[in-house]
Amino acid sequence: MRVLPASAGRVAGVIAGLLAGILAAGAIAWPAMAAPECDVPAYLLTTESRLDKVAAAVERERRLDVLVVGTGSSSLPGAGEAAKAYPARLELALRNRLPGVAVRVTAEILSRTAAEAMAPRLPALLATHKPDLAIWQTGTTDAIRAVDPEDFRDAVDDGVAAIRQTGADVLLINPQYSPRLETMISLTPYLDRMRMVTQQHDVLLFDRFAIMRHWSESGAFDLFGPVKGLEMAHAVHDCLGRALAIFLLDAARIDPTSLRIKQ
Amino acid sequence: MSQLPATDSPAAPVAAGTVPPQLAPRAAAPVAARELRLDLFRGLALWLIFIDHLPPNLLTWATIRNYGFSDATEIFIFISGYTAAFVYGRVLSSQGFVVAGARILKRVWQIYVAHIFLFTIYLAEISYVGASFQNPLYAEEMGILDFFRHPDVTIVQALLLKFRPVNMDVLPLYIVLMLGLPPMLWLMVRRADLTLMLSVALYALAWEFEWNLPAYPDGTWFFNPFAWQLLFVFGAWCALGGAARMAPLLRSPVTMALCVAYLVFAFAVTLTWHFPQIGHLLPRTLAQWMYPISKTDLDVLRFAHFLALAAIVVRLLPRGWPGLTSPWLRPLVLCGQHSLEIFCLGVFLAFAGHFLLVEFSGGAVLHALISVAGVAIMSAAAALFSWYKKATSRNGSRSKSAAGADADMTGGG
Repeated sequence: MRVLPASAGRVAGVIAGLLAGILAAGAIAWPAMAAPECDVPAYLLTTESRLDKVAAAVERERRLDVLVVGTGSSSLPGAGEAAKAYPARLELALRNRLPGVAVRVTAEILSRTAAEAMAPRLPALLATHKPDLAIWQTGTTDAIRAVDPEDFRDAVDDGVAAIRQTGADVLLINPQYSPRLETMISLTPYLDRMRMVTQQHDVLLFDRFAIMRHWSESGAFDLFGPVKGLEMAHAVHDCLGRALAIFLLDAARIDPTSLRIKQ
Repeated sequence: MSQLPATDSPAAPVAAGTVPPQLAPRAAAPVAARELRLDLFRGLALWLIFIDHLPPNLLTWATIRNYGFSDATEIFIFISGYTAAFVYGRVLSSQGFVVAGARILKRVWQIYVAHIFLFTIYLAEISYVGASFQNPLYAEEMGILDFFRHPDVTIVQALLLKFRPVNMDVLPLYIVLMLGLPPMLWLMVRRADLTLMLSVALYALAWEFEWNLPAYPDGTWFFNPFAWQLLFVFGAWCALGGAARMAPLLRSPVTMALCVAYLVFAFAVTLTWHFPQIGHLLPRTLAQWMYPISKTDLDVLRFAHFLALAAIVVRLLPRGWPGLTSPWLRPLVLCGQHSLEIFCLGVFLAFAGHFLLVEFSGGAVLHALISVAGVAIMSAAAALFSWYKKATSRNGSRSKSAAGADADMTGGG
């Protein structure tokens, strides 16, 4: 029973995110975000895992260094688009919420790189940037290439272990929801494996897939259509960046209002 | 086929010497008349597979995978094993191993051609997407088109069944299972229990040593044939007498209670997938022991779930249940009787439905409409196939033996 020992702890919504469908997303939605156009249900931004390093850096040192390591979907195609992609939007959202804290979000984009090739590069990247929090976005390339899901799990596992060894907090981001391509790319096994690894290591998973599917079903964004312009991509990344900021601060148990009072 | 008279299965005219005589009655006796329940549930499985292949919608909630561990694939493979053993078992006993083997290989070829046909449709779809869909949000995901920069390699890998697009994994599994059928059937009519034990052993070995077939460009088959053969062989075992021998066990109230308890447990677990908010109610140790529930390797939990479901269905719907001949269930039965054709049609309709949804950025209404229309088209096609078979068999071509006609008509599994 090779796969059983690998099973991570409480896998409550393991396949949840994948099967949840219209019911969970449509019927039970709690508005959690300020901007009405891209609400995220609260349960998608709730976690029991903690970001202790982030909390310590913000509260004691008044600074926060975040490193985003990801593939193409952590950026937008074109020159000068970096400022519109979610890492930059996350930085902006964090700065707005954490006045007086020096927030820096750096993005390292390794396009079309599978987890197995990315994991070994993490230690060097972490040594260079020395972040408090490392955000690792992965899975899409593996799904496109149909990498063996168990090999993928091992690679993610190695990567998470490598980050934790440096003492940084870890947050994983799973693939995007792309309804137009779902008959061509089978994401389910990779989404499952990422959830398993995050539960095993008790680290955060930002469920980008479920969040974007929620937006698609609630009508916030038409992710089906052949949109050629960048406007919608900008809006989606902006919403992702803000949702990510809320998720992070909640997991770090940082209450922005208390920071303001201390100032 | 319902229209086939029960007298189509005379086990008596066994050519002496082709099969040990004591085996012949065993091979044919268990099911004298056509088992309409098999057709009904295979038809149901085909409908559910079609609905599951569409993007999630309201009807998706009617499919069984949302209420337990197993899904339509288990039903399909089990019934395929059952009917294949039933049909070719009779050919084996009446015409010998060589003819039965040749018939099975002919069937394998048909399934293979059907698979390649579906692959061609997939090629057309992905080429269309490549030309028309350019959302910069999905620049990375469009890497899927890279395969078609080298169509020579990709197409050859598809012909070798190593490159299989999403949702096109069932037929390759079916091909491999059918390829293994001749020797399996040969042994099954002689030593049924031994065959089943060998199948269990292969399943266990596949888990222990992680056996699976390789896929392109990476990884392994989504449906591991070494694991899924268990369900196919179990179906064959049931067809060749196993079901009759299990009947007393199935009548026991203890068995029923266990089955109901397990189904309730599985339902409770799936609830935590749909409502992550109640996930904390699931004990951590249980989750650790249970997850992941592998579909690729036909997890024991899935197999057990299928068994429990089957036991209860067999108990609730006896063979002579009058509803089986009701006109309301007729479309399901007809679909089940032309499984290969309807399966392929279903995959095609899922592609087409997906395309319509995208092109017209359809809402829930169009979505439901597409699902219902798809099921209606599948039923109409099945009715047409039945009519055609009936018409051609009436107009002569009676030179074919009754058993032979039967084998082709049932779709041979």
